[in-house]
Amino acid sequence: MAENPVLNYGETTPGRRRLGRSIVRAATALLALTALYQSLFALGATTSGFASWRPVLYAYGLWGVALGVAQVVAHGEQGKRALFILPAVLFTVAMVIFPTLFGFYIALTDWNLASQDGMRFNGLANVRQMLADPFFRNALGNMVFYVAMVLVEYVIAFGLALLLNAQIRARKFFRVAFLLPLMLSPVAVSWMIGKSMMEVRFGPLANFLKWLGVESPSFFGSPWIAKLSIQAMDAWTFIPFMMIMLLAGLQALPKDVTEAAQVDGANAWQTFWGVTFPLMIPVSITAIVLRIIFKLKIADIIINVTAGGPGGATDSVTSFIFREYRDRSNVGYGTMLAMTYLILIILFITLLLKLVNRWRRSFA
Amino acid sequence: MTAGARPAAAMPPAAPAGERARWWLGRTAIYTALIVWTVVCLFPIYWTLTTSFKAAPNVMRGDLVPWLDYAIDWRGWRSIGLSPDTIFQTSTVRDEFMKRFMNSLVVSLGASALAIVIGSLAAYGLTRFRYRWLWMRNADISFFFLSQMILPPVVLALPFLVLYRELDLRDTLSGLVMLYTLMVLPIVIWIMRDQFDAIPVELEEAALVDGLSTWGAFVAIVLPIALPGMVAAFVLSMILCWNEYFFAALLASTNSSTLPVMVASQTGSQGISWWSMAALSTAAILPLIIVAIALERYIIKGMTAGAVK
Repeated sequence: MAENPVLNYGETTPGRRRLGRSIVRAATALLALTALYQSLFALGATTSGFASWRPVLYAYGLWGVALGVAQVVAHGEQGKRALFILPAVLFTVAMVIFPTLFGFYIALTDWNLASQDGMRFNGLANVRQMLADPFFRNALGNMVFYVAMVLVEYVIAFGLALLLNAQIRARKFFRVAFLLPLMLSPVAVSWMIGKSMMEVRFGPLANFLKWLGVESPSFFGSPWIAKLSIQAMDAWTFIPFMMIMLLAGLQALPKDVTEAAQVDGANAWQTFWGVTFPLMIPVSITAIVLRIIFKLKIADIIINVTAGGPGGATDSVTSFIFREYRDRSNVGYGTMLAMTYLILIILFITLLLKLVNRWRRSFA
Repeated sequence: MTAGARPAAAMPPAAPAGERARWWLGRTAIYTALIVWTVVCLFPIYWTLTTSFKAAPNVMRGDLVPWLDYAIDWRGWRSIGLSPDTIFQTSTVRDEFMKRFMNSLVVSLGASALAIVIGSLAAYGLTRFRYRWLWMRNADISFFFLSQMILPPVVLALPFLVLYRELDLRDTLSGLVMLYTLMVLPIVIWIMRDQFDAIPVELEEAALVDGLSTWGAFVAIVLPIALPGMVAAFVLSMILCWNEYFFAALLASTNSSTLPVMVASQTGSQGISWWSMAALSTAAILPLIIVAIALERYIIKGMTAGAVK
C-alpha cells in the first residue's frame, strides 16, 4: 500500500468520476451563491440577508464534506486516502490563508477603531510611517537581543541535561521539578515573579539582593536591567523545553563511544568536547531552532509586567503591536507592523535553516 | 578506574585517597547544582502558594515560612470564594472564577481534541500515502503544515477580530477553540508524524491481506499502537491552550474569557491585593502542576518526538 507510487486516477468508472465532479460543482455553486447573497446584502444592494456571515462558514463546511464525498465517489479506495489529509488542509487553508490575505489588505488602510471614519485605503502611507517609527525599530532591536539570549539559555539547558544524565539518585524527582516552570502560564509567571518576587520593597528576590549587599535593587528601573529581568523570566519558563530535548539526545548517545574515549585516557572535559558535544550537534540545532521560533512570539510576560517600559526598553514586536491595537485602536498601522514582522520572520527563519543545513553538511 | 556500565555511579572500591576525594568532590558539586536549580524552579511556586495564605503585614515584611513566620490567613482564598468558610455558601466571586475555569477547560480540551483528530489523520496520511496536488507533494504539504509554527499570533490577531465579528464568533468558546486548534495543529502533526513513522508498514499490509480496508487498518491496528503518542500530543496541546493569553485577551470579553485573562486583569486595578492574586494564580497553575507530575512521561515523550533520530 505504501508502495503505491501516486494517487492512481484510472481506477473507477467514468460515470462515477462524472458524478464526483458534479457533486463538487453543486457544492461550489452553493458556497458561491451563499457568499454572493450575503455580500450583496452587506454592500446594501439587497434588503434580505443573514444576520451574520456565519451561514457562509457553514456553506464552506458543507463544501468540504462534499469535496470529501466526491473524492470517494470518483476515485474509490484511492479517494479514501485523500480523506486523511483533507480535513487538516481545508481547516488550515481557511484559518490561515484567508485571514493573512485579509491582513495584508488591512495593512494598507487607515483604520482606527476609535474614530468614526471606518476603514480607508491609504496605500503605502503606513509603510512610510513605519520606516520613520523609532519605537518599532527599537522593538526589532530588542528582538535581536532576546533571540541572541537563546544561546545563553542553551548553555544552561545543556548543563542541566548533563546533570540529569549523570548517575544521580531521585532522578525522576529532579526531572519533574526542572520541568515544572514550563507548565506555568506566562501570565501567572508575570505575576508570581515579575510583580511579586521582584517587588522592590518586600519581594524575596529584592530581599535576597539586599542581603547580598545591593543597595535598593530595582528590576525594571534601568533599560538593560529591565530587559535582563524579562529575559530571565522567559528563560526560566522555557529552559526546561531545551533541557528535555538535550536530555533525550544525551540518553540516545551510544555508551560505548564515551567509554572508549575514557579507556583511551581522555578526561571528562576532553570526552565532552571530543565525543559528546559533536554527537549532540544535530539535537542541539533542532532545540535551538525550535526555541528561536517560540522566542519570536514572546509577548505575554512583557505585556503583563512592564507593558514595554521603561521607555520601550523591554518591548517585543508583539507586545508593541498589542498596545497599538488595544490602547490606541490603531488597527491599520498595527497590522502593517504585524505583516512586516511576518515577512521578516519568514526571511530570518529561511536564512537560518539554509545556514544550518549548509553548515551541517560541511560538518558531516 | 574500573569502567563498568556506569562509570561514575559507584565509588571505586579500592581507590587511592586522592581519587576518593575527587569522587566525593564531584558528587557534592553535582548534587549542589541539582539542589540549587530545584530551588530556582520551585521557589516561585512555593512563594505563590504561601502568599495566598498571607495577610497584608506578612506580605510587606516578606515573611517566608507559614506557621513559623506568620499565621495562616484565608483572605486570599476567600476573595475567590474557595476558603473553608465560604466554600459551601453561594458566592458570586466563586461563580465568576468557576466560569473562567470552565471556559479554560472547555477551550483547551476542545481544541486539543480537535487538533488530535485532524492532526493525526493528516500525519498518518502523510507518512503512508503519496499525495500530489498541483505542484505540491508530500514534503511540500508537510512543510505547509509545519511552517504554521512560525506564524506569530500577532499576525492573525486582527484579521480574526474582524472576521469573528462578521461571523458572529467573537467572544464565543467555539471561536477560541478553532483558533487554538490552529495554534497547536502543527505541533500535533510534528509529533504524530514521528509516531506513525515508527510503526512498521508491514502491520497494516498484513491487516489489508486479512481483508481490512485502509481506514479499518488505521482504526483497528495503527491507532492502538499510536495511542501513547496521541496522549503525549494531547497533553502538550492542552498545556499550550490552557496557558494561552494573547488571543484570549484580544478576542474574548465577558462570555468566553479564560483564566489567564482573569489573572491578568486583576493586576493594577486598585492596588494589588497580593493574597488574592496569589490565590488566583495558584488556582490557575495547580491543575497543570498536577498534570505535569502525573503525566510527566507523556510530556517528555511529546517534546522529544522528532528531536532524536
